[in-house]
Amino acid sequence: MTASVVRIEDKLYQNRYLVDAGRPHIKVRQHQSPSPNLLALTVVCPAKCYEVNEDGQVEVIADGCMECGTCRVLCEESGDIDWSYPRGGFGVLFKFG
Amino acid sequence: MTEERFDAIVVGAGMSGNAAAYTMASRGLKVLQLERGEYPGSKNVQGAILYANMLETIIPDFRDDAPLERHLVEQRFWVTDDTSHTGMHYRSDDFNEPAPNRYTIIRAQFDKWFSRKVRAAGAIVLCETTVTELALDAAGKVIGVHTDRAGGVIHADVVVLAEGVNGLLGTRARFRKVPKPEAVALAVKEMHFLPEEVINERFGLTGDQGCVIEAAGTISRGMAGLGFLYTNKESISLGIGCLVSHFAATLESPYALLDAFKNHPSIRPLLAGSEIKEYAAHLIPEGGFKAIPQLFGDGWVVVGDAAQLNNAVHREGSNLAMTSGRIAGEAIAAIKSRKHPMTSDNLSLYKAMLDKSFVLKDLRKYKDMPALLHTNSHNFFTTYPQLMSQAAQNFVRVDGTPKIEKERATTAALIKARSRWGLVSDAVRLALAWR
Ligand SMILES: Cc1cc2nc3c(=O)[nH]c(=O)nc-3n(C[C@H](O)[C@H](O)[C@H](O)COP(=O)(O)OP(=O)(O)OC[C@H]3O[C@@H](n4cnc5c(N)ncnc54)[C@H](O)[C@@H]3O)c2cc1C
Ligand code: SF4
Repeated sequence: MTASVVRIEDKLYQNRYLVDAGRPHIKVRQHQSPSPNLLALTVVCPAKCYEVNEDGQVEVIADGCMECGTCRVLCEESGDIDWSYPRGGFGVLFKFG
Repeated sequence: MTEERFDAIVVGAGMSGNAAAYTMASRGLKVLQLERGEYPGSKNVQGAILYANMLETIIPDFRDDAPLERHLVEQRFWVTDDTSHTGMHYRSDDFNEPAPNRYTIIRAQFDKWFSRKVRAAGAIVLCETTVTELALDAAGKVIGVHTDRAGGVIHADVVVLAEGVNGLLGTRARFRKVPKPEAVALAVKEMHFLPEEVINERFGLTGDQGCVIEAAGTISRGMAGLGFLYTNKESISLGIGCLVSHFAATLESPYALLDAFKNHPSIRPLLAGSEIKEYAAHLIPEGGFKAIPQLFGDGWVVVGDAAQLNNAVHREGSNLAMTSGRIAGEAIAAIKSRKHPMTSDNLSLYKAMLDKSFVLKDLRKYKDMPALLHTNSHNFFTTYPQLMSQAAQNFVRVDGTPKIEKERATTAALIKARSRWGLVSDAVRLALAWR
């Protein structure tokens, strides 16, 4: 319908975060080629934390993560990712929620 | 802190955790509540409609100082296709009652208020503390928790798991599984700010009256999902949620979906000129009765979203969370007052009490609904909405076509899209699931 391009950066920019530098709370397991669910995260993660890198591997940068758990539900059981909460006080801080 | 022993530890300061901690502390139990957010509510997302009765049971005079946005006088249900909506509006002056039935709230503010009540009732509330694991004894009984703060196990007779839909602790202890992708919806939401008068004028409201819209149809692009627009005092909460399994299958982007919803010709004028101040995402348990895990064990109970106590059909969650938290708190206080241990047998009182409440009665009623919507989503969310729009337009547009031909065209379109058998079977299955 509308062809407008949605820039996720503009959306996340509204939010408040306290990033726990150097301690990512989500990790992607080493893989040759990504499983379908892992690949899906590059589209389905609402903060666009997942991307395919030059080697064809999916990587995560969890700075804009809203801790929703979608990637956990899709990929934790298969072992594709390790999912945890940030340390207490860190991560997204909703002003309204 | 580690030397101290508590009657109960509550993990989480959301709706269910606050209800449980408040109930136990106000009955004289020594309660520790742990919350990972900087303040209660900083991790929580809701639409949000607050159902007054369930809070009133816990805090009868909440209207005196709770941060309430608007009391609802009008509800709109919309079925959308790409260019239209067919709707039902229910508005009643009866809702302008002295003690209104439903309010809109802003969760971060509401949770802070609720937490102040919990502290005032005597509980110790510790924020910025993530519980990393439950502590179990050799027999598998929960005896306390480990946190990411320095120090060892914090001990308690019972741990109330009010940790929300992601419920890491319960799954790590193997009390329950990670929710299945078809049993949770991913919702994305934005806060749109507008002056109070503009909202009042656009929705035909005065004072602190509010209006809400729930929309289903082609906006979810064939996925099982729902859009919502809720009026707050000076803002509008706008969001859309669909099953995670459907997102993964269709590879739709949640924020593109939200933006398309915002730009729907029926929604866009309602938001015109607004300033967006937050974008949030959260899961909603949608598995219903069949997804409810074990609710209690030796030294633990689970409440709220962590126990999948959420009624997706009626868009109710926080009230089930509050009620299950309150009931768990009452059960624990009763066991404690009899000086009985917090064994699985004794804690089964919680389940017995919950069985008698609306929480499990409502969820049992709709036990077949999630599976129906899960497998039939394209018909319910795309085909029927499109047909409904065509039928409405056939009915409304005056162009010289004889009415009998218009009716025939409507019927033919229905049968073409779904076949007679398909229509009957959808109707029967829907009726059975609703029963
Ligand atoms: C977009 C959206 C719209 C909704 N709309 C409505 C609505 O209009 N009306 C309605 O009634 N319901 C609605 N709901 C559902 C409602 O929000 C939930 O049912 C309700 O919040 C559940 O309460 P809870 O206490 O179980 O979980 P939560 O409110 O999620 O609270 C869980 C708490 O536990 C904390 N926590 C989790 N793990 C740990 C840990 N390991 N250590 C320390 N703390 C931890 C979290 O930080 C959080 O504060 C909606 C939900 C969403 C996502
Ligand atoms: S938890 Fe949600 S926001 Fe965070 S990385 Fe996973 S899918 Fe993205």
